[in-house]
Amino acid sequence: MRLEKCWFCSSTIYPGHGIQFVRNDAKIFRFCRSKCHKNFKMKRNPRKVKWTKAYRRLHGKDMTQDATFEFERKRNRPERYDRNVAENTLKAIKKIDKIRVDREARHHKERMRHKKSKEQKEAARELEQGISLVKAPAVLQQEPSLTLTKVKVKVSAGEDETRQMEE
Amino acid sequence: MVQYNFKKITVVPAGKDFIDIILSRTQRQTPTVVHKGYAISRLRQFYMRKVKYTQQNFHEKLSTIIDEFPRLDDIHPFYGDLLHVLYNKDHYKLALGQINTARNLIGKISKDYVKLLKYGDSLYRCKTLKVAALGRMCTVIKRVSPSLAYLEQVRQHMARLPSIDPNTRTILICGYPNVGKSSFINKITRADVDVQPYAFTTKSLFVGHTDYKYLRYQVIDTPGILDRPFEDRNIIEMCSITALAHLRAAILFFLDISGSCGYSIAQQAALFHSIKSLFMNKPLIIICNKTDLQPFENLSEEDMKLVMEMKAEAMKTVIGQGGEAIDEEGVLLKMSALIEDGVIAVKNAACERLLNQRVELKMKSKKINDCLNRFHVAMPKPRDDKERPAFIPEAVLEARAKEAAEKEKRKLEKDLEDENGGAGVYSASLKKHYILANEEWKEDIMPEILDGHNVYDFVDPDILQRLEELEQEEGLRQEEEADDVDMDGEELTPEEKEALAEIRRKKSFLIQQHRIKKSTAESRPTVPRKFDKDKKFTTERMGRQLSALGLDPSLAIERARGRSLSRKGRKRERSLARGGSDGDDAMDMDVDQPSSKKLRMRSRSRSRSRSRPPGEVVPGQGFKDSAQKVKAIKLVRKSQKVRNKDARRGDADRTIPTLKPKHLFSGKRSLGKTSRR
Repeated sequence: MRLEKCWFCSSTIYPGHGIQFVRNDAKIFRFCRSKCHKNFKMKRNPRKVKWTKAYRRLHGKDMTQDATFEFERKRNRPERYDRNVAENTLKAIKKIDKIRVDREARHHKERMRHKKSKEQKEAARELEQGISLVKAPAVLQQEPSLTLTKVKVKVSAGEDETRQMEE
Repeated sequence: MVQYNFKKITVVPAGKDFIDIILSRTQRQTPTVVHKGYAISRLRQFYMRKVKYTQQNFHEKLSTIIDEFPRLDDIHPFYGDLLHVLYNKDHYKLALGQINTARNLIGKISKDYVKLLKYGDSLYRCKTLKVAALGRMCTVIKRVSPSLAYLEQVRQHMARLPSIDPNTRTILICGYPNVGKSSFINKITRADVDVQPYAFTTKSLFVGHTDYKYLRYQVIDTPGILDRPFEDRNIIEMCSITALAHLRAAILFFLDISGSCGYSIAQQAALFHSIKSLFMNKPLIIICNKTDLQPFENLSEEDMKLVMEMKAEAMKTVIGQGGEAIDEEGVLLKMSALIEDGVIAVKNAACERLLNQRVELKMKSKKINDCLNRFHVAMPKPRDDKERPAFIPEAVLEARAKEAAEKEKRKLEKDLEDENGGAGVYSASLKKHYILANEEWKEDIMPEILDGHNVYDFVDPDILQRLEELEQEEGLRQEEEADDVDMDGEELTPEEKEALAEIRRKKSFLIQQHRIKKSTAESRPTVPRKFDKDKKFTTERMGRQLSALGLDPSLAIERARGRSLSRKGRKRERSLARGGSDGDDAMDMDVDQPSSKKLRMRSRSRSRSRSRPPGEVVPGQGFKDSAQKVKAIKLVRKSQKVRNKDARRGDADRTIPTLKPKHLFSGKRSLGKTSRR
């Protein structure tokens, strides 16, 4: 039993899931679900479809080269069973996983490093430009700060009750 | 002339059918159209042809019948006798004879009428002659039809006779009814003869084939024979008698020593003695059957004596053949067909004896000498007295011995499986013969999948070392990371954040409104503001929006309210009052009254109907108080509600659209079905 990778989105295909398509040139395409299968039939390029791993790797959203990927390599020659090796392998897998996850998180953080400052700049700009929507120009002249003003308005009680607030 | 296969005889049609066949053939195969205007020779020829054609057909068919049926004298006497027994030789011959005469008669008729036709002078006369000729031929056949029916029956029965080759090796089984002859033949051959507890289950001869020493033997099962004088025997018994008489076969006389067939051994012995003349020159074996019911040793004295008598007779035949005196085993055998005890022994003994006898006979006959002269087995002359046995090398002998020992010693997986409960219970341990560094690891179960990874992809002898390196690297990187400090730029103040949030909300609201308007733009009528059904354009709202922007809305509200039509009176009052109060501050009371008077006098636009406020109760109208009047007015208004026709369809806008346009609901399609419209 092997866990395969979906050809389109590169997610793991567990046993009992998905479809395998064998082309006339004997190339096997495995799909994890009908979404990927249908996209393939539509001849979409996974490198252009935003949610696939291929796109993300290509556009630098996810980590591409790393030492942790080297550990997982498909071996075609079976190794003779050795209990110690098996034990070590099982322990190592968990640790490698952890390291890989950490590294991916670091990569993401690296990517998002400048996000905050960018956001702040954008917010300031938007505030400056859009203040006219929430503050009358006359009021702005008097009070140049980019904040809302609280105005107390005397509204007679009788008329209030008959009218209703409407959006 | 058929050998012994009667299956190929053509069907003999019944009389009427015969006539129909021939006449219809004549009708079809000869020209049918003739007119009286033809030349006379042509007419004569036409009818002569018909007569001749009919005669020829009759002749042909009758000849085939006569030829295909076997002549009893020409076939093997066994078959001759068998057919006689079954069908009565005389009757058979008579039937065939009648067919023959019919054939001749028809020939004669045809000849006569053809002669007459030669001199027919008109169409009618020729026609009548032809009719007469054909009629007479048909009458002949009609007279012969019982023979035809008989022959058809005979043919059908003959076809079902067993194909017995009278010249080959044959074993004949005979005895009383119900002694176990059919059971025996079922056991040694593939014949499936009916075995039932009542007598005469087997009503005719049955053939089976068995093999012995690479030769094929016929085994013939006969119906049982009763001990009766020859003349009283019925047809079924006569079959067996015929077989016994004519076939040169080994005879197995079956004896039921238990008496369960219903006849005692004495009766069976009597039968034996009465037909022993038929056993001349044939190897005879006496079979004591049903030893499971009555073991041979437990027979009574008299029975034993009878059996011994029969055995003596049988021995005589053996010695009579001129062979060496065979021991008693070859003449008297015991078996039980039911428990299959001794069946094979009997078969072998019978076959052996028959073979020997046949070989002897062949050797004695003249023909064989011709063959023998051609054989010569050459034996090399011994050079000296030295013995030269066959040589097998030592190694081969040893290997053979070892193999034999191994085969016995080695325990197969299959034996193991059987020991531990069979196929469903025990499953072989496939890991038994694994070659591993440590024997304890054989039964280990290794997981294939862990946390979404294939374990086999990670297996590596030095995985730990690599992992260590990786971890070191990771440690270093983490230290570097800890050094990095996150910079914090300019942040917005909470009020500014609030403003920004408000801005965003407003923007999204505008976009939303725009989207709604856009989607319904074509189907939504543009209604002027004064007809706002939802009461969106109120001064309250305006006040709120302006205050949200930070402006003071009170002035604007007042101005708006002042301009509104529904509040005309009030606005005027207020403003004038204000103006009045502002001007004359000192004389308040005095100013008020004249001002109201002045108001009433000055305002000309006010109509008389509006001289009172709406809720004021005028005595004489019938209202209790102001509240009641107000309610009444409301009711009036409600009942007389003016329809708000703001941009809705009125009578003038009524159209009757085409709900079923013709071009969509009618017409054929050039391609495809019109089941959907």
